Amino acid sequence: MTFTIPIDNGDALKNAEADSQRTLYPYVTGTSIVAIKYKDGVLMASDMGGSYGSTLRYKNIERMQAIGKHSLLGASGEISDFQEILRYLDELVLNDNMWDDGNSLGPKEVHNYLTRVMYNRRNKFNPLWNTLVLGGVKNGESYLGMVSMIGVSFEDNHVATGFGNHLARPILRDEWRADLSFEEGVKLLEKCMRVLLYRDRSAINKLQIAKITEEGVTVSQPYSLKTFWEFSAFHNPTAGAQGSW
Amino acid sequence: MFRNQYDTDVTTWSPTGRLFQVEYAMEAVKQGSAAIGLRSRSHVVLACVNKAQSELSSHQRKIFKVDDHIGVAIAGLTADGRVLSRYMRSESINHSFTYESPLPVGRLVVRLADKAQVCTQRSWKRPYGVGLLVGGLDESGAHLYYNCPSGSYFEYQAFAIGSRSQAAKTYLERRFESFKESSREELINDAILAIRETLQGETLKSSLCTVSVLGVDEPFHFLDQESIQKVIDTFEVVPEEEEDAGEADAAAADGAAAAAPAEQGDQDVAPMEM
Repeated sequence: MTFTIPIDNGDALKNAEADSQRTLYPYVTGTSIVAIKYKDGVLMASDMGGSYGSTLRYKNIERMQAIGKHSLLGASGEISDFQEILRYLDELVLNDNMWDDGNSLGPKEVHNYLTRVMYNRRNKFNPLWNTLVLGGVKNGESYLGMVSMIGVSFEDNHVATGFGNHLARPILRDEWRADLSFEEGVKLLEKCMRVLLYRDRSAINKLQIAKITEEGVTVSQPYSLKTFWEFSAFHNPTAGAQGSW
Repeated sequence: MFRNQYDTDVTTWSPTGRLFQVEYAMEAVKQGSAAIGLRSRSHVVLACVNKAQSELSSHQRKIFKVDDHIGVAIAGLTADGRVLSRYMRSESINHSFTYESPLPVGRLVVRLADKAQVCTQRSWKRPYGVGLLVGGLDESGAHLYYNCPSGSYFEYQAFAIGSRSQAAKTYLERRFESFKESSREELINDAILAIRETLQGETLKSSLCTVSVLGVDEPFHFLDQESIQKVIDTFEVVPEEEEDAGEADAAAADGAAAAAPAEQGDQDVAPMEM
């Protein structure tokens, strides 16, 4: 998706913003994030790819990160903007810890802070080009929410970004339950990620699954999904062709 | 405290390491009418004596709601108190807007204290002449803090400030160990009894005091006159005996007490301090 809005801010001597421009389009992007609430907390899955346009350029990008004690943030979209957001949150968590008073930022607070940041940037026509997924557990309560690059924000039992909205959410709507165990949750996420792997051209077969419970955050080591390409139609793809497509 | 050459402005230290202007500001708190706060594990009660300038006027408002989970009672210059309450409301609402979550009272109190400290270190400012009893909730339960003009703050189980607060403090000191486990009703009872101590002989009526409550499942609100009167009725049930004994004591005490109130008497209390 590209915007081309030519902006002429005039003379660099007189105008401080003369040679800078607002966000026009993303460069290095991450694809879908899929996340669900389960019995003990929240599970989130993402692959480790960073695409440079149509090139699958970076294959070791961690798109999920723990925030403070109680939250986990996953991002799709522009990777450099995600890194910027991580810097904002680092400062936020640092200041929260400096109070040293027994209070701590929970997932709800972090989600709302991010919503404010995203919406404010959108209002300046200089968005952070990400869709963020924020999950966490505090005082026994699970929380899962999403914020888009224009500041649309909501909570739900299961969320997905990008292509995940179209490919993963229908599966989750049918098969999600509140009392999923850890193994069932992982299986469900893997089912979604496999469909994305087959159908989303920016997906790569190297994914991580992150779990957040009352005890804390664990991000798994990267691993691959088993895929099946031995369908007979793939063996001789042009067998049935009659000249046209 | 006598006038001396080190008390002209707040940025002058005395040779004995005192900032007299700050101490004079704390005097202003002692002149205001009494305010009391007490807390249990889950509730905080703030109460104050309603003093009116004259019979013609209404009484000063000394207790303010800062948010559903924070209230403040003031003693001293009520104008300064009003301004600080507005600051507290502003901080609270800004936090709620950004984080959709109530501002922990401990953090509000520190910001308030830092704001007061600034006024003790600028030659063009003066300290706030008001003491604040801030009651509120955070993750660890109910808390009560006292913020004073010097910029220090302390946490309390129960405290009283303003004129004749010593009587209330004596009462609270006897009973504070039980407050942690007190029920909401017991806490309100104790607050009103502590108020009664500051009235020193004057009959306690619901029109003379304002009481407010907040708790873990109860947003900050004021108790209405009827509820307060009902509580008063439970312990002012035997008025004749108490009054007879009280009158005899009062007659003896009056002679001694007459000297003291004259100093704190109405002529010396500036109209802005209530």
